[in-house]
Amino acid sequence: ENTDPQRTAFLLRKQWTLYSVTPLYRFSDAHLRDYARLLSAVIAAEKQKGLAVEIGLELDIKVAISSLPDLRGSDRDNAAILVQLSSRSPASPKTSEEKLLWSGWFCSVSGDDFSENVPEDFTCLPLFLTNGAESYTSIVGSWFQKTFDCCFRRLAISPLNLSWMAAMWTGCKVDKAASAMELVFSVPRLPQPLDISYAIHPEDAKALWDTVQKTPGEITQEEVDIFMDCLYSHFHRHFKIHLSATKLVKVSTAIASAHCDGIIKFLQSQYLTGVLMLLTELAISQIQ
Amino acid sequence: MQRRQASKTPNQPLQVHDKNQTDLSAWRKGGRIDPEKSVQNHQSPNNQKNDSQQDSLEQALSYFEKLQDRVSLKKNSVLQKHLTTVESIALQRGLPPEGIDVLLNVALSGKLADTVNTRLLKSLIPASVIPETSVVSSVSWLCVSKCSGNVQLLFLRWLITMFDFIDHKEQLHALYGFFFSFLQDEKMCPYVCHLLYLLTRKENVKPFRIRRLLDLQAKMGMQSHLQALLSLYKMFCPELVTITLPGKMKTYFKNSEGPWKAAINTIRQRNQQNSPLSQPLFLGTAQLQSRKRKWNTQLIIPASSTNKNNLKEDTEKKHVCLYSTNESLPVEQLQTFSQLLQNIHQLEFPSQMGSVLTNPLLLHYMNCIKDESVYLRLYYWMGQTLQEECTWYVADNNRHEEFKDFLENVYKAECFLQEGFSSCEEFLCKSLPLWDGFCCRSQILRLVSWIHPNSFSEMKSHLYDPLAQLFFTSSLYFKCSVLESLKELLQNWLNWHVIHLDSESDSQVHSLNTTLSGLVNVVAELIHFVGWISTAALRLENNSTFFLYFVLDFYETVCDMYLKYNLPLLIMPPPGVFYPALLSMDSVSLNQLCYIMYRYRTNLVAAKENELSKKKILQFKFSSQTYQEYNQYITAMVGCLWTSSAFQKDVHPQGLRMDDELLKKTTVQEFKNSFNIVYHPAMMGYALLFLQQAWPDDTTLNFSLIKGKKWNWYLEYLYAQGLNGLKVFIESSINRVSQSSHSKAGD
Repeated sequence: ENTDPQRTAFLLRKQWTLYSVTPLYRFSDAHLRDYARLLSAVIAAEKQKGLAVEIGLELDIKVAISSLPDLRGSDRDNAAILVQLSSRSPASPKTSEEKLLWSGWFCSVSGDDFSENVPEDFTCLPLFLTNGAESYTSIVGSWFQKTFDCCFRRLAISPLNLSWMAAMWTGCKVDKAASAMELVFSVPRLPQPLDISYAIHPEDAKALWDTVQKTPGEITQEEVDIFMDCLYSHFHRHFKIHLSATKLVKVSTAIASAHCDGIIKFLQSQYLTGVLMLLTELAISQIQ
Repeated sequence: MQRRQASKTPNQPLQVHDKNQTDLSAWRKGGRIDPEKSVQNHQSPNNQKNDSQQDSLEQALSYFEKLQDRVSLKKNSVLQKHLTTVESIALQRGLPPEGIDVLLNVALSGKLADTVNTRLLKSLIPASVIPETSVVSSVSWLCVSKCSGNVQLLFLRWLITMFDFIDHKEQLHALYGFFFSFLQDEKMCPYVCHLLYLLTRKENVKPFRIRRLLDLQAKMGMQSHLQALLSLYKMFCPELVTITLPGKMKTYFKNSEGPWKAAINTIRQRNQQNSPLSQPLFLGTAQLQSRKRKWNTQLIIPASSTNKNNLKEDTEKKHVCLYSTNESLPVEQLQTFSQLLQNIHQLEFPSQMGSVLTNPLLLHYMNCIKDESVYLRLYYWMGQTLQEECTWYVADNNRHEEFKDFLENVYKAECFLQEGFSSCEEFLCKSLPLWDGFCCRSQILRLVSWIHPNSFSEMKSHLYDPLAQLFFTSSLYFKCSVLESLKELLQNWLNWHVIHLDSESDSQVHSLNTTLSGLVNVVAELIHFVGWISTAALRLENNSTFFLYFVLDFYETVCDMYLKYNLPLLIMPPPGVFYPALLSMDSVSLNQLCYIMYRYRTNLVAAKENELSKKKILQFKFSSQTYQEYNQYITAMVGCLWTSSAFQKDVHPQGLRMDDELLKKTTVQEFKNSFNIVYHPAMMGYALLFLQQAWPDDTTLNFSLIKGKKWNWYLEYLYAQGLNGLKVFIESSINRVSQSSHSKAGD
């Protein structure tokens, strides 16, 4: 894909919490620096508990808002927007390095079917991912909500979508020796939580998937069901446990790992946009 | 200078037990012994405690209010006692607005020693709000310099801390010049700067003020408070303030929160723990509702606030301005309808569209502005909120009441706009199949009445099917509520139709996106659906009169659609509704049915006349089946109520027609007339009373006496009893040619 791996490398191997966002009203790429100044004033005010703060001053926490033009499916997607909060050491502001406290990004990968039906005043970046303290997510999110009249909702991933991810990512080629594919199931209605972890050698999983998939490049629900059923029956043969009666809560592969609570970790930069495309789709279906 | 205005409504968070207490002048006089109150006081120990505290606070306040001369604290134990009372109550519960008013006046008048004044000022903790008038009168005390410099400073610090508690600020803004003049006092200067920083608006920035500030700066050197005010002036009017100000400044103002902050927080927490009923109004915005809540919870309807996305600051070279908002009126200031009318050209929607929901003025405005983005913003917000907060979606039941209130607000806004929100409609379609029919029942059912007329297949799968499932398995009361809501739905559709007929030429932004024939079909399907569930429910509920009332109420709208709403459609009730009503044991139902049949007749006659005169080429004609059905019903009705021939003449396949042989087997004598207006079970009570009045001596109850002239008297009697439906029915549908025919009918 056309992404420069260097420029998006910092997004890999971090846990991102997923949100869906309704279109931003009167958001403009041209004012990112102004937004950053306003937001940093809001953060400073929040820290000082309501004392008046002048906009544009140098403050303890630096806010940077920038655009990530690489992260999109096509030209019709809006460029992704990255928000980063970093702290300055108060002792020697000039010399010491800034420490990244929190980051979050809005993106849309192949969400153009949705954005084309929305008037010009709105900017569609339906997927929002955050890494860092919830308190900062709260301040940044509230500011966006108030300023651009949008709504954030946690984006949970249903077991059905997790099984899709399992099947899709199994089929992807990875250069290096890949780590095992792991599926985590949770057994419902027990007094104590009980999780079952099911690890499969990636080549075995790929071999199974290749026998299931009929047309390369195309996946159907039926194929996903067959793939999962095969894994379930294999497990049942060994452990006499029906996994179909449990809930799939986590999928980890060499491509990415996803948790049903809406947490994702990207592991391969070449598949970054592919995973984002699926997540964009899920986010859009939650806001429509 | 006006000293003090006694507020008529005490904003105290205390239970008010007797009438006297609402009259402030009464309690101020003090020493009141009210026997009634002393009886009521034994309600609860807590109340009693509150009351005794209240009493001592009242006494203290009236003492301070009447204070004439300078009193020394040391020698005066009464003063000591009252001062302690005020301090302890203020710290515990805060003071009511009137109390603050009284004490401010005393503290700044210089009647008492500075130690007392200081203690009084320190205990000025508001329980709810601080009246603006008290602040204004305090400023006038400040101008006459009755109090010492220390008290003045303390007062200014108090004012800065309490700024947000002042109920209005318009008059305070008018005093801007006074405050500005206090700048010359070197000690007061930092606090006055802070206060001006809070007060300053763009129109306050004047060249002479900037000069004065620069003079002061030249005199006193670089002071952070002066710089703060100057930079604010520069922000408002960069063209007037040309000096460069140092960019880096951590804090402009020293912590002026003083001794009050902790007490305010304590009282605020205390008030939040109390029940919402006794909770005083705190600043009046939504910010305090957010107890412990996720940041992205949308259930709180945001307060209307101006869009701050203006990027007004001009510190950069170019003037950044996203909107042309030079003269626009901030939505916070929009209070009255006349303000709305005056500013309608320069009004801007709030930053969060959700706030219009509880703001009738903005709803008015929304109604005038046909802007797609307005509806879209509201659509996204409401759609997300409904899904996120729906209590039967999310397993989190403790917000049940809040969700209910939210739905209530949505419904009210829909009624106000006379239009359903599409996000709410989508929510209903998604959630009705999962609904238990219990949670927020009345809200959900009322919201149903604002669903737009969509194609039948959509209505069936999203509305009718889930509703029918709940309908058949729920209580009688639920069934009645469903019918009520479907009646509202039908009326809303018909009203839209009438409005859109009137404005046919207009470009219809929110049109039904259906053609007339489409609408006719959708309405017909709704009526058939109601006919079907009503038939089944009448059987399930043993023809309950209560339920029948709701069914017939629905048909009262249906029978008049042609004349009242100009919709070329009339649908007769199914026999499962018609016959239970005709044979009902209750005169109310029978009377209602008579009225409905009379309206059907009027509508059908009008339609026939229009058809015959062919004034217009009619797009729609009633099918002959409708006329046929009507005629079958009317034959049955007249046969029952009037000619006593229903068993022979009723030709409806599900009607009353029965063979004489069969009827004889019932061994009922005179079966023929057993459903006429005398013998009908719903009417027999009237016939009985009529007999008792007409023949007081006759105790045999001979109903056959009602015939001939007596039959007419009986009719008059019935009409006088309020059976107007029966009256209009008989007068319109029964051809009373001559006297002889009645006597015949009466046989």
